[in-house]
Formats: sequence, C-alpha cells, structure tokens
Amino acid sequence: MSVVDPPLKGPTARLARTWGDAPGLWGFIATVDHKRIAARYIVVTVALLVLDGLLALDMRLQLAFPALKRLEAQGYNEAFSLHGSAMMFLVSVPVMEAMAIWLVPLMLAQRNMAFPRLNAFSFWMYLEGVLMLWIPHLFNVTPDLGWFEYPPLSGPSYSPGHRADIWAQMITFTEVAALSASVNTFVTIMRMRPPGMTLARMPLFLWAMLITSLMTIFALPAVMLVTSMLISDRLVATHFFNPAMGGDVVLFQHIFWFFGHPEVYIIFIPALGFVAAITETFCRRTVFGYVPIVLSLVAIAVLAFGLWVHHMFAVGLPRLGASFYTAASLVIAIPAGLQIFCYIATIWAGRPRFATPLMWVVAFIVTFVIGGLSGVMTASAPLDLQLTDTYFVVAHLHYVLIGGAMFPLFGAFAYWYPKATGRLMSEAWGKVAFWLIVGGFNLGFFPMHLLGLMGMPRRIYTYPAETGWQPLNIVASAGSAIAGIGAAIFVANALLSLWRGKPAGSDPWGGATLEWATSSPPPPHNFDQTPVVSDLTPLWREQRQAMEGLAVEHRELLMTTPIEARPDYRQKSPSPSIWPLLTALTVSAMFVGSIFTPWALVWGALPIGATVTGWFWPKKQA
Amino acid sequence: MSVPSPITIVGDVSDLPDTAMGPRSLVWWGTLGFMLIEGTAFLLAGAAYLYLRGQSAPWPPSGHAPPDLALGTLFTVILLLSEIPNRWLSGKAKKLQTKPVRIGIVVMGLLGSVLMAIRFLEFGRLNVNWDHDAYGSVTWLLMILHATHVLTDLADTFVLGACIFTRRISDSQFSDVNDNCFYWSFVVVTWLPIYALVYWGPRLL
Repeated sequence: MSVVDPPLKGPTARLARTWGDAPGLWGFIATVDHKRIAARYIVVTVALLVLDGLLALDMRLQLAFPALKRLEAQGYNEAFSLHGSAMMFLVSVPVMEAMAIWLVPLMLAQRNMAFPRLNAFSFWMYLEGVLMLWIPHLFNVTPDLGWFEYPPLSGPSYSPGHRADIWAQMITFTEVAALSASVNTFVTIMRMRPPGMTLARMPLFLWAMLITSLMTIFALPAVMLVTSMLISDRLVATHFFNPAMGGDVVLFQHIFWFFGHPEVYIIFIPALGFVAAITETFCRRTVFGYVPIVLSLVAIAVLAFGLWVHHMFAVGLPRLGASFYTAASLVIAIPAGLQIFCYIATIWAGRPRFATPLMWVVAFIVTFVIGGLSGVMTASAPLDLQLTDTYFVVAHLHYVLIGGAMFPLFGAFAYWYPKATGRLMSEAWGKVAFWLIVGGFNLGFFPMHLLGLMGMPRRIYTYPAETGWQPLNIVASAGSAIAGIGAAIFVANALLSLWRGKPAGSDPWGGATLEWATSSPPPPHNFDQTPVVSDLTPLWREQRQAMEGLAVEHRELLMTTPIEARPDYRQKSPSPSIWPLLTALTVSAMFVGSIFTPWALVWGALPIGATVTGWFWPKKQA
Repeated sequence: MSVPSPITIVGDVSDLPDTAMGPRSLVWWGTLGFMLIEGTAFLLAGAAYLYLRGQSAPWPPSGHAPPDLALGTLFTVILLLSEIPNRWLSGKAKKLQTKPVRIGIVVMGLLGSVLMAIRFLEFGRLNVNWDHDAYGSVTWLLMILHATHVLTDLADTFVLGACIFTRRISDSQFSDVNDNCFYWSFVVVTWLPIYALVYWGPRLL
C-alpha cells in the first residue's frame, strides 16, 4: 500500500500517538481523522460513480437501436431516476465535500477540522443516505420519477407506495450530511488559517471551498424544506401542492430550483479550485488574475441564486419574469468566462508541463466552454421553449457537469493521489485513460445536441425507426462505451498504483501550497509545527517560517483571527468517539420511520436527544 | 521533486489562552453556521406562505377564522421579555461567575418550559388544521418549524444545566452557556416575522 517510512521519533512520534486512532474495529468506527473520513467518502462516491456509469451504459444500450426491449418503460424510468438522483445527490456534491474535508486542513497546515465529530457524523449520515436509496432498490422499491420529482406526479394521488418517499428522504439524509460538512468547512477556513494567511493570501482552492460552503448553507435548506413538504403531503394529507385545496404545484418547482440551480455551482466552484491549484503548479507561476478570480467566484455565487427560474421557462411565467431570468442567466457567463481567460493566460505566460493533471485542466477548458455556449443558448427563454426536455438539454448538462466538474476532479485525483498514498499513478496509463474518457465523452454527448435539435425528447425509453434518430444514437452509445473503458483504466491505474506506483516523496510536482510540506501520506497529526505564511506560494520561498508550542500530549489546534489570521487562542480538539455514529443511527431511524408514520418524529426524537447528549457531555477533567 | 527549504522558528503559541468567548470562540462560529441554515429555512417557509396567499382570493380561505391573537401575543411578549434574563445570563457567563450562571440557566429553563406549554396550546387556537387546506398546511409548517427551535434550545438548556450543577464549571462550559444564549436570541428574533405572518397575515394580507 503506502510507502513505508522510517519509524517516527521524538515529538513527531508523540504527536502521532496523540492524534492516531486505536487499532482495529473500534478505531475504525470511532475515528475523527479528517483524512480517513474523506477517504471513506471518496471510496463510496467512486463506487457509486461506477454503478451510475453502468446504469448509463445500460440506458445507452437500450437507446442504441429503435424499439429495443432490453429495458421496458418502468425499468428505464428507474434507471434514469437512480442515475440522476445518485449522481446529483450522492456523488457530485459529496465528492467535492470529501475533497474539502481531506484537503482544507492540509492546505491550512492544521491537524484536523474545526468540528471533527461533526465530520464523522456527516459521513455516517451520507452513508445511510446511500443505503436509503440502494437498499430499497434491491427490494424493487426504486424511485422512478427522475432526479426532481415534481408533484402532482410525485404526490399521493399519482404515486402510491413508497418510491417517491424513498427519493425525498434520501435527500434529507444527504443534505444533513452536506450541511454538516459545509458548516465545518466554513468555520475551519475562517478560524484556522495559519498565521499570516490573511484572506488576501488564501489559495484559490480555499476561496472556492469557502464560497461553496456558504452557497451550500443558503441553498440546501430549500431542498430539505420542499421534500419535507412533499412527504407531509403524502403522509399526513397537507395540501402544499394540491391545487384543489389551495396548494400549487409550481411552488414545488420554485423552491426546488432555488436549491437546484445553485447546486450546479456548488459542484462547479470546487472544480475551479482544483483547476487553480493544478494550473499554478504545472505552469510554475501564480495564477494570473488572483483578485478578479476571487471576485468572479463571489459573483457566480451571488448570481447563481438569481437564476432558478430559467429551469421553469416552459411552465408559463409572465414574460417580464422570463426576460429578467434570461438576462440574469446570460450575465453569469461573464464571471465564468473571465476565469477561463485567466487560466488560459496562466498557461500562456507560464512554463506549462503537460502531465495528466494539467491535461485534465485543458480538457475542462475546452469542454466547459462548449457546455457554457449551449448554456447561453438555453438561457434564452424563446429558444429554451424549443429545446427544453429534449436531448439538447441532456448534452448541455453533461458538458457542464462532466466537463466542468468531473474532468477537474479527475485531474485533482491524479494531482493529490501521491500526497494521499505516497505513490504516483502511472502517467502512461493516466494518459490512455484521459484520451479514452475525453474522446469517448465528446463522441457520446456531442451528437445529443443534434438529436435534441432533431426533436428527440429526453426520458423516452425507445423510439420508432422512422424518426431517423438511430445513427446518432449508435454513435452516442459507442462514445459512452469508450468513455466507460477509459474510466475502468483510470480506476485500475489508481488501484494498481497503490502497490506499483513510484514513491512520491513529500512534493513530487513542486507544489507551492502547504499540503506539500508534509510527508506523503501525512502522519495522523499532519504537521509537526505551525507554518507562518507571508505570500500566496509559501513553499516556493527560500526561507520558510513556523511557530511551535501547541500541546503534544493532547489534541490541540491553533485558532486565528478571521481576517488577518493572527494567532488567537488554543482550542482543544475532541478525541475519537462512537457518539457521531450512534447519533447518525438514531437520526436515520427517525427519518426512515417518518415515511411510515408521523409519530416517528415524536418518538424518534428521544433516542436522538440521548445520543446527542452523550456526544456533547463533557469528559471529566484529567 | 523539490528539496524543502529550511524552516526557522519565529514564535511560540503556548502562551495563548486555551479558551475564548463569544465571536472569538469556535463553537460560536458553528452556531452561526447553523443559524444561517435555519434562518434560510424560515425565510423560504415564509416565502411559501406569501406565495400561497397570492394563489388564494380570500385569506384565510372561507370557513376559517384567523388564529386567536391572545395566546400568540402572550407567547410573543414572554419571548421578548425572556431576552432580559438571557442577556443577563450571557453577561454572567462571560464573566465566568458560577452562581449567577446557575441561577440564570434555571430561569431560562423555566421560561422555555412555560413558552413550550403556551406553544402547545397555540396549536389548538389556530382555528385551522394542517389537513384542511394549503393555508392550514403552511400555517402549521411555520408554527412547527419555530416550535422545534424553541424545543431544541430548551433541551440544550436542560443538558447544560445538568452539566453545570453536577460539576465545577469549566471555562469552555461558560462559553457553551454564552453560545446557548446566542442561539436563544436567534429563536426570539426569528419568531417576530413568523408571528406577523401567522397571526397578522390572515387579518391584514
């Protein structure tokens, strides 16, 4: 597995004992080590990515030929619902949080996050959300209404049974997890930056994660609220979305998309953070336009909350409203485009070394620009009326989400893999995987633009031969299969490199940010000392400075002031505990019970109260 | 692979304090984060109320009397008055004074219990059930959302009370008491727009 380092000595060994986990099962379930928690998050998201990819290939097989019987209508409905719901709620957002959980403390040269037990609770809630979707699937209770389950179709009249409940409550699980992770990330960045790392000296990745955590805090309550309203319509006969009793189905869409559109940027902005870090390292210069990039991240975050109605142009809104949201949707192209120009300028003015991480950045730029252009098209209300619910939208959203978020994520994976494991992934196989994925993706999804323009609707399980859609569908399916082979090579490369990869050392790429200052993989306490930062690229300085004095025998973290990052006080950090797991179990019991009876909310609160009390009950002073 | 440059030690943090109070404390920031989340949920629920009101000609829809003002207003008055002992308790916690903090937490526990009792009675005087129509649904949504917050803070007050009566109060527990006061202020402030919507919305909108 990881490279064997010489035994730790002196204070380093004592710190490692203080911050290490107990061996065995107890250590496994009680850990609050951000690196272990993030690794679990990433392993689960990658496993789901594989499952979702297989679902996608199954759908592409079904659509490759007209009138195929591989999937019937119900099976196809379930496949795209599972694929979309899992990708949006269980993969894309959580994997970005996982990267933050792993990287933020390392980039801040801290020993853990602000609230380590909240971190553990976040993962256990996420895992139970995953099980909430996939275990019922084993028993053929699979959501089948897409990734946004609009009433009245998802209401009690048209969707009896529990398929819609499973979907709605799965969201509650994952949003509790995401909100916990976001509060943790927000506070960690605001209060735990190393001395000297003022806001103006913060790496762009940290800016991206700070802004994302705030967006999550403001966006995710909407989806929790609206799915809870849906469940209560289904369970206790409220009438939020029942027009016969004064309710309104469009209310669901408004609240859902108030979350849903920022969600796209909650996935995309962390990816911009990856792009910034990779571009800087492989171009051997600071990113061009630091201040404009930060301001454009803020602008994207603010504008993202004013665009939700462009998902609802086909609903029949007042024309003035549609015009406003068209304008707002077009405006967001400005800060997004500005960033792209900054990255191109950095590559242009730097000394680029096209290792696989930087190749993923180039693929991101090309693919995201194509997705952005089709976004400008769909932002226009009159054109959107023609394109909505066609394959053009399928092509657009995959160009934006895969090109804009997954490609940078793959680059980030290759970039930080040596830090996490101590070994480098194979560059040769990395490039093979890169070309197959990028080539297969474009072959698979570009024809969908044309299919959409030809009138092929999304979410149909088959089509007659007379439509003329078959040739492009075969191309799309072939492209998806090629990308699938590339993904398999990527995963195999990651697995085999755990044993066969070259030893990486602490800083194999010559990175400038603090995570590269510690060993690979980092010890349990991450850093022996607290670095002092005086510019944006501390590891490229001739002279590095640090502070000492944090406790060695117990867990202690340095808090700094929010703006200037001056040392403020020392904060005790909690030890490993199984209370987060027990709390997650009691919360899960209540969530699951509440889709069957409202009394679960009452009786379920008691064990939750007990476990939360156990969690926060202070230990006797030593 | 680069060669790491040498490190110079330029300071020692062991002299720094090991706890902090109020906005300097880590838990205060965590509490702030959760307030932003819950505040957003309140805002959206309020927006849903106004949206549904826009879809319905009479408000409340015919057949419903508006919620009885007396209990809701009594709740509001007591809640606002509770800010006086709450701020006093916060001040004593900041000064690390054991006895006043113990008294204050008992007072806040009692006030919270009285408020929960009134809230329980309020549900019976809303003059509409959640399953009558969308007006009833959204009225109950707002009331339950806020009641959950009163209950959460009350439970926290009881647990903190149990802690500080059974052991010497540490500096970090004084800080916890202060953060609990901070959260109570949030519960007070968020009630005012909800009170306006639930009790005055049907009369004025």
